[in-house]
Amino acid sequence: MTTSVMTTESSSAEATEVLLEATQVTMRFGGLVAVDSVDLTVHRGEIMGLIGPNGAGKTTFFNCLTGLYQPTSGEVRFLGKVLPPKPRHVVKAGMARTFQNIRLFPNMTALENVMVGRYCRTSAGAFTAILRGPKFHREEKATRERAAELLAYVGLGDVANNLARNLPYGDQRRLEIARALATDPQLLLLDEPTAGMNPQETKETEELIFRIRDSGLAIVVIEHDMRFIFNLCDRVLCLVRGKALIEGTAAEVQSDPRVIEAYIGTPDADPVVDMEDPAPVDDEMATASGAEPGVTSHAVLEMDAGPFDGHADDHRKDGV
Amino acid sequence: MRLPSVYSVITPELQRKHSRTARFLGIIAATIYAASAYLPWAYGREALDNMSYLGGPSPLQFMGLGLAVVHIIALTGSWFASRIARVRGATKLLHRFAWNKAAHAGAWGMFIYILVIIIAISVELGGVVNVEYGAWIALAAAAIAVVGSWFLPFNTKHSLYKVPPVPILEILTITALLAGALLAVAYALNQQDGGVFVVLITHFAVMIVTTIRSGVGEWLRIASQRHRNVLVFAAFVTAYVFPFTQNGSDQNMSIATEVLTFAATAIGLNIVVGLAGLLDLGYIAFLGAGAFTGAVLSESAFATFIGWKPPFIVTMLIAGLIAAILGLIIGSPTLRVSGDYLAIVTLAFGEIFQISMSNLDGTSGPDVVRGANGIPAIPDLNLFGFDFGQPHVILGVPLGRFSNYFFLLLLLMAFIILVFTRLNQSRIGRGWVAIREDEKAAEAMGVNVFGLKLLAFAGGAFLAGLAGAVKAHVDVSVTPAQYIFLESAFLLAAVVLGGMGTVLGVIVGATLLKLMPEKLRFVAEYRMLFFGALMVLMMRFRPEGLIASQRRQLEFHEDDEELAEEVDSELPYEFAEGKSA
Repeated sequence: MTTSVMTTESSSAEATEVLLEATQVTMRFGGLVAVDSVDLTVHRGEIMGLIGPNGAGKTTFFNCLTGLYQPTSGEVRFLGKVLPPKPRHVVKAGMARTFQNIRLFPNMTALENVMVGRYCRTSAGAFTAILRGPKFHREEKATRERAAELLAYVGLGDVANNLARNLPYGDQRRLEIARALATDPQLLLLDEPTAGMNPQETKETEELIFRIRDSGLAIVVIEHDMRFIFNLCDRVLCLVRGKALIEGTAAEVQSDPRVIEAYIGTPDADPVVDMEDPAPVDDEMATASGAEPGVTSHAVLEMDAGPFDGHADDHRKDGV
Repeated sequence: MRLPSVYSVITPELQRKHSRTARFLGIIAATIYAASAYLPWAYGREALDNMSYLGGPSPLQFMGLGLAVVHIIALTGSWFASRIARVRGATKLLHRFAWNKAAHAGAWGMFIYILVIIIAISVELGGVVNVEYGAWIALAAAAIAVVGSWFLPFNTKHSLYKVPPVPILEILTITALLAGALLAVAYALNQQDGGVFVVLITHFAVMIVTTIRSGVGEWLRIASQRHRNVLVFAAFVTAYVFPFTQNGSDQNMSIATEVLTFAATAIGLNIVVGLAGLLDLGYIAFLGAGAFTGAVLSESAFATFIGWKPPFIVTMLIAGLIAAILGLIIGSPTLRVSGDYLAIVTLAFGEIFQISMSNLDGTSGPDVVRGANGIPAIPDLNLFGFDFGQPHVILGVPLGRFSNYFFLLLLLMAFIILVFTRLNQSRIGRGWVAIREDEKAAEAMGVNVFGLKLLAFAGGAFLAGLAGAVKAHVDVSVTPAQYIFLESAFLLAAVVLGGMGTVLGVIVGATLLKLMPEKLRFVAEYRMLFFGALMVLMMRFRPEGLIASQRRQLEFHEDDEELAEEVDSELPYEFAEGKSA
């Protein structure tokens, strides 16, 4: 695949350049502190993992970063500038995301979905659209070509004209990635990109994410599949009950007893994470399915297949 | 929720077993139906178009005969298709029609047609006793045909649209259809009898449904997408020819101008409702704003507020701009709410507009529009020396005042349709679809949700303002009482009935809603009841409207996987976005 995802100055990118810098981000919903003073720094060309048990505030943190929520306090800087709390300005600045429960435009074709992603990088207004001058045709053609290119890039080239709602689950997740890439991001935030996927699909997604990283983008990824996270991520941040528990390389986080404790609990009667903890209040982007018993019963940190395979159907229902 | 179906009793095995008998039965029933046209259907000659003769069918009886012939053709086709294997050429073509579906629709069509006639005779002559034996025979034959059609296997899928295109044939068909439609409309409009009008409409509807079911409809749709320019051009030529079929009579033309104004406004509303997905219950205010602007700037002796009387083109632009500004004013604070809340706010806005206009009378407020009296005596337009008030003779056909305005409104309509379709098939249209489908996701993908909603609101208002400026001159006087909530509701009804997101649908919806009360006095009396019932039925059985855009249809049937698959399989032709120049 020779397609480059980056259309901007990818060659001049330095690996150490700070793309995103979130400092002391706090998000309260009434009495509940969903995200509590979390710091996060993402450099160009790295993959950052975000893990934590259900209800830890991962998706809420994502929503704070992408402008869907305005953090109660704290600051999010992208390329040194404080982002306005408006999703479309965040997208325009170069940050794009996917959703935990797929939010495609179901009655548009795959191609049209990706074309919507080009919206913020095109400018034809009402008059251009009505007059249909050369600019209109040029831009429409460019949009269409770029969308087709991106579909091919994520491996959906042959279903471009199928309705999004008719695509298989794994394809829908990849289509979301293609749609996010269409906004020409420099930082891609993926919210559980492999949830509900089988091992084969997970592997393909992993390769896709590597390819995207190699083309010069930075990626932040929320995942529950630990093998996936540790294969993929340069650094990992573990959130527990809204607080940053530990940040470090995958190996460091994996072997940290507190992380294991957070996921599985301790033998004594006072677990660090109470699994009956309510799901994040009013988390409209997440609709987290509450405490899943699978988390406690499976040995999450073992390198088996992802622990959520059995819940694929639940995700499917949420997603469509 | 689905109604219990006869197919829970008549299983596929039964159908397979009895399909030959069913076909035979159907052909015999249709023959009897056809023959009954030569029998008297009504006792008195006053009913409909005199169906009382033995051996001499009236025009409406002939049309019944036509339905029977269609049914026989469908059954014969079904029979041939079942006997002849799919090979090549003509036989392959034979298999591309959905004969059984057409036969099914045809049988029901025959039944509904005769039923409507029987009801019409009973109503017009005062009692079922006035229905003669011929009609009862036809009814029985139609009932047998319906039962017979239940035994035909339903699973034939048409694939006529996959036939390689034959441009000449397609263009000829489109032209012939439009010419046929023109003649049919002219004929139907010239009927003075309400019953005849209803029966004619029933006949057209039944014929159209049967044709669509056979697969020809799909073929035609795709053919017309391929020759969109030809279709649009031919449609406008047809519309322009229409006044020439009226022999100088202004009676139908006055209805036609009313329909056109209504339809043009409804298409503007369709941008807001059908494309952007915003419910607007106060849209008539924008038409009103345009009309009042047109009236105040006209040369009426009562329009004393402003001494400046600009040429009409300028007036029209100002009217559109004022409406658009109103749209922005009402839109910018309220578009942050959505759904029911937005509907309530717009409803209130419509009321505020009407009440404000009533109060601009010199006592409660400045005297702009003379309050509830409004501005009367608006003179006819005179554009480039063409006096719209005078009859003109063109090509030997006299054309009256309303024909003149009809031509002008057609131009306006063309402009509004152009704006509608071009916005729809652009980056902006895609943005609107995205907002309709998932507003949060659209926002998160960088779509300017608020800006696009505001654009739909202001754009729709602008178009309504243009229509209003013309309407002021057509109506001669403008009063606040013309722009009440009820009119907004009717506009919305036209969009919902016709089809959200399509131009053709709204034209059909607007025509039906305006024409029915004009032609049927009993509908005019109970029109609220009638339209209410119609809306309930539409919501239950076809929420996307009569002629809906495919995407809207999908949105209204979220759980219908079959429909989604069907659309998918035809997709290269669907959503002709970008393909049409």
